[in-house]
Amino acid sequence: MADPEIKSYEPHHESQSAAVTESRPVRITLTTVTLVFLGIFLLLPLIIVFKEAFAKGVGAYFQSLGDADTRSAIRLTLLVAAISVPLNLVFGLSAAWAIAKFEFKGKAFLTTLIDLPFSVSPVISGLVYVLLFGAQGLLGEWLNAHGIQILFAVPGIVLATVFVTFPFVARELIPLMQEQGNGDEEAALSLGANGWQAFWYVTLPNIKWGLLYGVLLCNARAMGEFGAVSVVSGHIRGLTNTMPLHVEILYNEYNAVGAFAVASLLAGLALVTLVLKTLLEMRYGPEIAATRGH
Amino acid sequence: MTKPHFRKLLGALVATSIQFGTLGFAFADTTILNVSYDPTRELYKAYDEAFAAHWKAETGETVTIQQSHGGSGAQARAVIDGLNADVVTLALEGDINAIVTKSKKINPDWRKKFENNSAPYTSTIIFLVRKGNPKGIHDWSDLVKDGVQVITPNPKTSGGARWNYLAAWAYANAHDGNDEAKTKEFIGKLYANAPVLDSGARGSTVTFAQKGLGDVLIGWENDAYLALDEFGADNFDIVYPPTSILAEPPVAVVDANVDAKGTRKVAEAYLSWLYSKEGQTIIAKNHYRPAKPELVPAEDLAKLPAIKLVTIDDPQFGGWKKAQPYHFGDGGIFDQIYKPAQ
Repeated sequence: MADPEIKSYEPHHESQSAAVTESRPVRITLTTVTLVFLGIFLLLPLIIVFKEAFAKGVGAYFQSLGDADTRSAIRLTLLVAAISVPLNLVFGLSAAWAIAKFEFKGKAFLTTLIDLPFSVSPVISGLVYVLLFGAQGLLGEWLNAHGIQILFAVPGIVLATVFVTFPFVARELIPLMQEQGNGDEEAALSLGANGWQAFWYVTLPNIKWGLLYGVLLCNARAMGEFGAVSVVSGHIRGLTNTMPLHVEILYNEYNAVGAFAVASLLAGLALVTLVLKTLLEMRYGPEIAATRGH
Repeated sequence: MTKPHFRKLLGALVATSIQFGTLGFAFADTTILNVSYDPTRELYKAYDEAFAAHWKAETGETVTIQQSHGGSGAQARAVIDGLNADVVTLALEGDINAIVTKSKKINPDWRKKFENNSAPYTSTIIFLVRKGNPKGIHDWSDLVKDGVQVITPNPKTSGGARWNYLAAWAYANAHDGNDEAKTKEFIGKLYANAPVLDSGARGSTVTFAQKGLGDVLIGWENDAYLALDEFGADNFDIVYPPTSILAEPPVAVVDANVDAKGTRKVAEAYLSWLYSKEGQTIIAKNHYRPAKPELVPAEDLAKLPAIKLVTIDDPQFGGWKKAQPYHFGDGGIFDQIYKPAQ
């Protein structure tokens, strides 16, 4: 997003070294408002999560994480992310590749379709699968006759997660690949590379940081998704409860320490994502800026 | 220079994926799934453990009972949509009937399968107040006094909240000699004293006990005792109003599912053992009212005093089929009397 910078030079302002026109009080007010806002809405909740998680001491914290149902919820969340993130990596990469590098009929439609999960409420995303795979659903009878359980089992949770997290990789890559154009690949092909070589040695290195960003965000959402998964999970303890669902259950059982201990793991995941992102930016800043489309 | 580095990262990602992918689940000999409603978590946690031990001793088989809890209506919906429940233990007869009519997975004569109309326990609605009862709340009439804040969930979304409402209605109806205009006025005043309506019973308990809002919580008997255990008996007192309502949460075997899975024997034993001495005692210890109190030691019954209880089938309500649309449907009495606090 290269916003055109508007610079106007008004000599009576003292702070002309920077490209700002606002007076000092305005700038201080704006900065304060932003910081207070972030503090209240982002930092404070984060602090409270950890405060509540350790409210009864470190021992209680680790004891609640060692609970069999909690361990199973963690395992399930990791499993779901481990299936849906690689799937979306492949889907997202192919979709972005098709949209950015080729012209075909229905391209605009495909682009809109990719954005669909962002604009649809996650609860609806879940319900769609109920209508499709539920016992009363379109495919319900056939699945039942063949003894295939999708809804209220791991496959349903994976499907809902894939649906909700589908746009992350593709959205990150499409503008990037569009901006880069086909020049590099065409050069590679004209020098005798085959399609796979062009992809592996030319396209992939060009988009690697965008891809990594997409995967990080996709993973964070896959582990944190609540709405869609809640609809298709069936809430069977120790079997189909993911971490976010388990947080709700523990909280409803008045087990605040347990709930916030699991929540702290999710918050920790968010922090790790953030740190990784920042580290990548620090280490490869110029390169990312050069290859990042937005 | 960064190319191999990136590919290594990609490789590591794939490797981790595969590792997590191979983590499997361990399966016990027999597994049955009990799909239940929200307030029974603690009850079935204790009962499942006892039943598994009993079943092992009796048959030598290992049985694992899985639990799923949620709003009673939502849970019924999930079973209709294919949640593979062996037994359902829900809050309302209507929720099990919905499974009967919409999916035909339960035989229509399910109420005759177990004793006491397939209701192994009952419960009632009582008050939880701040320690020492500073506002002097002893009966339903005390809830409409000026300056008393009442915490109760929203009857539009919560099953428990409907029982609260109907219990208050039963009191007012008896007190006003069947004069509906006066009863409506009483209910209107009661909800005018409610500063907030949570969407579920547990939400209201948290509002009252943890957030410290309100002077009195109307709620399930078992939830009130649970709140005492969780939030400290020195902070709250339980108050029994002289009259309240009797809820009879029913249980049923999901016939189509147990026949498909071959679990009928253990599923039926699971529900019928609820009526045994051990089952009824666990029920009483978890502050539900056992259907067969004669089987339960007196000390476990001591906390469940006898009060005058009205059922939903009483002529003033005429059963759920009539009461639900009349009181809680769109434009029903609740819609007429409730105006959100400004």
